[in-house]
Amino acid sequence: MSLTDTTLAPAEPSRAIVFWRRYRRNRAALFGLVIFTVVVLMALTAGIVAPGDPLSRAGAPLTKPFVDMATPLGTDQLGRDILAGIFYGARISLLVGVVATLVAIVIGVVIGALSGYFGGWVDDVLMRITEAFQTIPNFVLLLTLVAILGSKIEWITVAIGVVSWTAPARMVRAEFMSLRNREFVDAARNLGVSNTALIFKEILPNALPPIIVYASVVMALSILLESALAFLGLGDPNYASWGNMIGQGRAVLREDWYCAAIPGVAIVLTVLSFSLVGEGMNDALNPRQKQ
Amino acid sequence: MSGDTILEIAGLKVALPKGADRPLALDGLSLTVKSGEVVCLVGESGSGKSLTAGAVMRLLPEPHVHVSGGSIRFGGVDILAQTETQMKAIRGKEISMIFQEPMTALNPQKTVGWQIDEMLRLHMKAGRKERRAHAIEMLNRTHIPDPEGAYNAYPHQISGGQRQRVMIAMALSLSPRLIIADEPTTALDVTTQLQILKLIRDLQDEEGAGVLFITHDFGVVAEIADHVVVLRQGEMVESGPAAQVLNAPQHAYTKALIASVPDLKPPLPKVDTDAPVVLTGTHLMKTFKARGGFMAGKRKAVVAVKDLSFELRRGETLGVVGESGSGKTTVSRIVTRLLEADSGSVQVGDTDLLACSPSQLRKMRKHIQMVFQDPMASLNPRKRVVDLIAQGPIVHGEAPEKARARARDLLELVELSPAAANRFPHEFSGGQRQRIGIARALALEPSVIVADEPVSALDVSVQAQVLKLLAELRERMSLSLLFVTHDLRVAAQLCDRIIVMQKGEIVESGLTYEVFANPQHEYTRTLMTSIPGRDWTPPKETPL
Repeated sequence: MSLTDTTLAPAEPSRAIVFWRRYRRNRAALFGLVIFTVVVLMALTAGIVAPGDPLSRAGAPLTKPFVDMATPLGTDQLGRDILAGIFYGARISLLVGVVATLVAIVIGVVIGALSGYFGGWVDDVLMRITEAFQTIPNFVLLLTLVAILGSKIEWITVAIGVVSWTAPARMVRAEFMSLRNREFVDAARNLGVSNTALIFKEILPNALPPIIVYASVVMALSILLESALAFLGLGDPNYASWGNMIGQGRAVLREDWYCAAIPGVAIVLTVLSFSLVGEGMNDALNPRQKQ
Repeated sequence: MSGDTILEIAGLKVALPKGADRPLALDGLSLTVKSGEVVCLVGESGSGKSLTAGAVMRLLPEPHVHVSGGSIRFGGVDILAQTETQMKAIRGKEISMIFQEPMTALNPQKTVGWQIDEMLRLHMKAGRKERRAHAIEMLNRTHIPDPEGAYNAYPHQISGGQRQRVMIAMALSLSPRLIIADEPTTALDVTTQLQILKLIRDLQDEEGAGVLFITHDFGVVAEIADHVVVLRQGEMVESGPAAQVLNAPQHAYTKALIASVPDLKPPLPKVDTDAPVVLTGTHLMKTFKARGGFMAGKRKAVVAVKDLSFELRRGETLGVVGESGSGKTTVSRIVTRLLEADSGSVQVGDTDLLACSPSQLRKMRKHIQMVFQDPMASLNPRKRVVDLIAQGPIVHGEAPEKARARARDLLELVELSPAAANRFPHEFSGGQRQRIGIARALALEPSVIVADEPVSALDVSVQAQVLKLLAELRERMSLSLLFVTHDLRVAAQLCDRIIVMQKGEIVESGLTYEVFANPQHEYTRTLMTSIPGRDWTPPKETPL
């Protein structure tokens, strides 16, 4: 008789497979994933495609694209190969994107988790600090930090992380506030689980999906921030960066627009890919979207 | 008392979208509702009873879920052939509906009067004053205290029972020929439930309308039904006059379902008064202070538990019963110190739990474990079952390998297959999850288990199985249970002694057998007479 409730339903496919099936349904997200893979490949193969220093002279200055096969995307006013710049720039963009996002998310998770979990005065203090950061426009704070720390790529990355943690912190706080009152948290507390374990082992895994999705946004923003800094000439001059290339291409924008346009397109596509991937993950991780 | 046929459903089939657990939500349902008759559609969750209401109202989420066969005739009109415009004239005026959750069925932004008036405006050709008079008269007929006040009130300003009265006033205001009531009393306390059932019955007698009453509760069926239709997984398994289905069910499923309804006669007590006391609560107090923020103004504090004392002996089950707001859940949370009491003490063995420091408390927790109400919410969705059960012992210093091995044994103890160990909670049904919750509580071998409404979220047949499991485990391991419930039938079955709570205070306590046979306090008597179907003793032929 089907009344007995101890018979188990057939096992479900693993989480990763379910995730991929749902992700796959969003075409735009697949497109984003393809671009993202291309950018990663570019960063990995930069040394093979364009050996040597991307900042050194590779041909006659201001060669148009598709004219000289040694520099397929042309050269800038100093004769540097634009293709090499794009490939090496991908490294910097990814490095900045990943590391700055990690910094921002780690700070955001710790502050948001403590303030959402404990509430009360802990929440009050931490949220006032967060608000203090939020009242200063991101980019102004970033400029200040870079002015103090200097424009080495490591410091720029950290500075970008430091200016972008407030939004993740607020999000994590909201997630924790709703999750801390769930029965499973009470159940774990009732087993004698300590606060630290409750925060990081019980609640955090359940709060992760929206954080992961938001991380893709932070990553896109970090790349834009780095490009903006480089455009203003405050980037690390020792590395080829897309922002640097646009900044310098600006001087010859009317005659040789491709110097600025090509890295511009690279930035647009990369940021777009992060947004699309983020959207796809949101769809795939959203439990309400069943079937 | 039956008049002419109002609703006639024949061979109704409702198709579900591809990938659902079965192709047809309803497969060949046939029933008729005559005027002045209450037809109860009974079934467990997922039996398709609410979809029947949707099909009659033509409110199915089409095209995913649609009628694929059969006919629905309402007073000679073929419902399935009506256009949307024609249906609009029928809904509300000819067929009206009462929903389960009156809070969500009413618009919180509009006054009660506005919402009743909206319907009258659509279907009644009358002036504003006339409509208002009619609405107030309808509210008056539902015996709402102060109908004028209720007319101008917003839904949150009146109680749950009153909201359901408003829904009934609304449903009856246009004298419909058919009323569909979808679990109208499930969200209400027993005392309110009885009043609402009576009200539906009385008003229907006056109006002569037919009622299609959807419920899962056989007690309610016994209280109100003329005719009963039993559904299982979309199939109609039995249909007949109420007295016949309730007292001499034919189909095996109906028999099993009725046998699962807990009997109201408590078994004779076997209390061992010499057993050592394992849990004592003394003078417990808890007041919820509403935290008024800056400029928010002060709100009234609510007394949840007032000077409560009790004793629990080893091997004994103490029931804490009461309606919502009686403070019974607060008691369970104070005793496990998930909530801090204002004063009083909770003695577990020789230690006062409420006086423990945080680190002492974490060590003490293994002596008092809890089974929670909502089996979905109380299991961390990102952990495998084996880790959920082994978590407690691991926290208290057992080797992970040993703890996991024991967790697998415990799964067997709660009658789940060892294959369950590596799955996640969402892959289980409600009853299975509650078994996992029980296994987790047992893993620490506690001296006391606090169970907060552990079977209220379960279907009656599953509920019976989980209760049986609890009773067996209690015998085998001589568990001491503090059992919090609102369901007097469940309390009667499982508890040796009970405490009846009202507004945070104990109004009566004693041996379950004696309290049920001879309630002393006024409130207990009201509770007892409010149990739906109290005069009906379910036949116990084929217990599960």
